[in-house]
Amino acid sequence: MNVKRPTLSLLEEDTIKDIYDAALRILESTGVEIDNGKVLELLHQNGVIIDFDKKRAKFPQDLVKKCVKSTPSEVKLYSRDGKHDLLLKDNNVYFDPGSTAINILEEGIIRKPLSEDLVKFVRVADYLNYIHVQSTALVITDVPARFVDRYRLYIVLKNSTKPVITGAFTKDGVHEMKKLLEILLDKGDVTKKHMAVFDCCPTPPLEWSEITSQNLIDCARYGIPVELVSMPLAGATGPVTLAGSIVQHTAETLSGIVIAQLANRGTPCIYGGSPAIFDMHQGTTPMGAIETMMIGCAHAQVGKFLGLPTHAYLGLSDSKTIDSQSGFESALGIVLGALTGINVISGPGMLGFESCQSMEKLVIDNELCGMALRMIRGIQVSEELLAEKLIRDLGPGGHFLNSRHTLKWFREEQFLPSIIIDRLTTSLWQEKGSKNSYQRAKDEVKRILFEHKPEDLPPDMERELDSMAEKWKKD
Amino acid sequence: MEDDLQQRMVKAILEIDEEETIRLTGKALKEKIPLEKIIDGLSEGLKQMGNLFEKGEKFIPELVIAAEFVDKAFKILEPHLSPEEEKARGWRSVKVVIATVEGDIHDLGKNLVVTMLSAAGFRVIDLGKDVDAKTIVSKVKETNAQVVGLSALLTTTMSHQEEVIKLLIEEGIREKVKVMIGGAPATQSWAERIGADAYAENAMEAVRKLKEILGEG
Repeated sequence: MNVKRPTLSLLEEDTIKDIYDAALRILESTGVEIDNGKVLELLHQNGVIIDFDKKRAKFPQDLVKKCVKSTPSEVKLYSRDGKHDLLLKDNNVYFDPGSTAINILEEGIIRKPLSEDLVKFVRVADYLNYIHVQSTALVITDVPARFVDRYRLYIVLKNSTKPVITGAFTKDGVHEMKKLLEILLDKGDVTKKHMAVFDCCPTPPLEWSEITSQNLIDCARYGIPVELVSMPLAGATGPVTLAGSIVQHTAETLSGIVIAQLANRGTPCIYGGSPAIFDMHQGTTPMGAIETMMIGCAHAQVGKFLGLPTHAYLGLSDSKTIDSQSGFESALGIVLGALTGINVISGPGMLGFESCQSMEKLVIDNELCGMALRMIRGIQVSEELLAEKLIRDLGPGGHFLNSRHTLKWFREEQFLPSIIIDRLTTSLWQEKGSKNSYQRAKDEVKRILFEHKPEDLPPDMERELDSMAEKWKKD
Repeated sequence: MEDDLQQRMVKAILEIDEEETIRLTGKALKEKIPLEKIIDGLSEGLKQMGNLFEKGEKFIPELVIAAEFVDKAFKILEPHLSPEEEKARGWRSVKVVIATVEGDIHDLGKNLVVTMLSAAGFRVIDLGKDVDAKTIVSKVKETNAQVVGLSALLTTTMSHQEEVIKLLIEEGIREKVKVMIGGAPATQSWAERIGADAYAENAMEAVRKLKEILGEG
C-alpha cells in the first residue's frame, strides 16, 4: 500500500534555523523578565544570568540547546477508560475544544457560563468522535475565583474519560489540581501516567508573570506535562511581520522550556502557542485571520524542527454567532493545522476570538475535524485500490454499488458524516423542516445530552473528588 | 431451534455474511422448519438492516448486497412456497416495470433505482433504455405489474413519460398501476401535470415514495 501524506510547509528549513538562531541571540542578550523571585533563584543556581533588580534572566545559548535536548520528543496522554489514550508525536493530529472561554453562546444569547454549562459542554465533547482531548473550556462564574481553576478540572474529570488540557489561575492551583489527578490514578504516580496537560502562558513581549511562572515550575516539579502557549500579537505586542512574530514566539517558548527543564529535567513540554495578528482597524485579535493561521502553522513547524510535540490554536472564528464566517474560518484553521501535522489543535467550538464557546459550533466543528483527518490520510494506492480489474470486469454501463469491492472499502475511503452535514435530497430536506446547519446542530446537541451517558467514576473515587470540592467551598 | 435459527439469520444478514445466510436457509429446509419461520428470519434481517440504515449506521452498499443475497436465499425457498406464503413476503409481491423512455439512452440513474428497489424487496422488471411507450405498456399487461417507473434525463424526451401515461389510459389499465417518474428535468409539478402518482429525486427517494403511495407495509 502506497500513500502520500499531504503536508503543508510554510517555512524552509534554512529559515527555521535563522528563526531559531535569532531567538537564541535574543534570549542571550536581552533575556526575559520573570516576576517571581523563586523562579529567578532557581535559574540563577543553574547557570542563567540574573539581574535580580530588573528581574531579568539572560540565557546562555548552550544552556537553551541543552534544555531543548532534555525535553521528551513525545508525550503519551492516558484516558480514564483506556480507550482514548493519545500519543503526541510526529504528525499525529488530535483536536480539543478551545479553552477558557469567558462566555457561552446559547439560544442566540452570549452570556456568562455557569457550572452546569461546563458539565453539559464536557459531556458533549466526551461524545464527539473527533474531539480527542477535553479542555477546561469555560470560565464558570458561579464559584469563587479563588478555586475556579480546580473546580473546572473537577467537573471535567467527573464527566468525561478523555484526557484534558487545563491550567491554573492561582498560585496554589497546581498543587490542588495534582491531588485531583492522584485520586483518579488511585493514588498512582502523576509523573508517570499523564491524564492532564497544564497550559502555561508567557506575557508578550518577553515576560513571565508571578503566577504562570510559578505554575510552570510546580508542574515541572511534579513531572506534569506543560503546554507553553506564547501569544504575541503581530503589530501590537509583537513585530507586525509574520516572521518577526514567529521569532518572538520562539524566544518566549524556549524560555518556558528552559524554566521547566531546570526545575525538573525531562519534564514533558508541548511546543504550543496562540499568537495572532492585531487588527489594525478594530484593535482586536482575529483568530480567524489567515495570517494568524499562518503564524500558528509556522511556529508548529519550528517546534517540529526542535523535535518536540506541538500545539496551536486553530479552528476558531471571530464571528459572534454560528454563520458562514464561523464555518469557513474554522474549516480553514482545522484543515491547515491538520496538514501541518500539529499534535494538538485547540479551537473547535470557539467563537468571538477566544472569548466564547458554543456546543452547537463544537458539534459542527467535529465534522470538520473528521474531514481534515480523512484528508491527511491521503489517497491510498495499491493494485486492489486502483481497481483496474474491477473496472474492466464491469465494463461500460452498470454500477459499482453491489460490488464487494465497494462494500469492503467504502467505510475506509469515505468520511461518513453525521446529520450535521446536509446531503439530503431537496424534497427530503424540505420534509424535515428545511433546517440549516445551526438548527441541525441544536437538535444534535439536545440528542447527545439526552442519550449520551459518560462512563461513571468508581463510587469511592467520586466520593473523594466530591469531598475535595466540599473542602474548597469551606476554606 | 427455530428462534435460534432466526437470530442466526438476522446476525448473518447484518454482518453481510452471504455464505452463512445461504447455508442456514438450506439447513432449515432440510430440517423441515416451517417455511414461514424461515421467511420471517430472512425478512427480519432485512428489516433490521433497513432500520439501521435509517439511523445512519448502515449504508447503501450494505443494504444492496444484503438484499441481493437474501434474494438468493428466497430463491431456494421459492419452489416450496404456496401462493399465500408468496404473498407474505411483503414488497416481494409487488412487481415494478421500469424503463428509460424512448429516445433517451441515459440509464445510470434508472440503474441505481433498479438496484435500490430490488434491495428494498420489490420485484423489478428492468426494460433498459430507449424503450417506446408501446413496449412498456404491453410489458405491464403481460406481467400484471402494479408499478411503472419512467426515467428521462433530457427535456426533449420527458414528454414520452406523458405519452406512456396516456397509453395506459387508452388501454384501460391506468387505475391498476401506480406511475412514478424521475430524471434530472422531472419535478413534482411535472409529475402532477402529466398525472403521475409520484416523483422521486433520486434512488433512495424512489424507495421511500413508492412505499408511501402503496401504503407502508
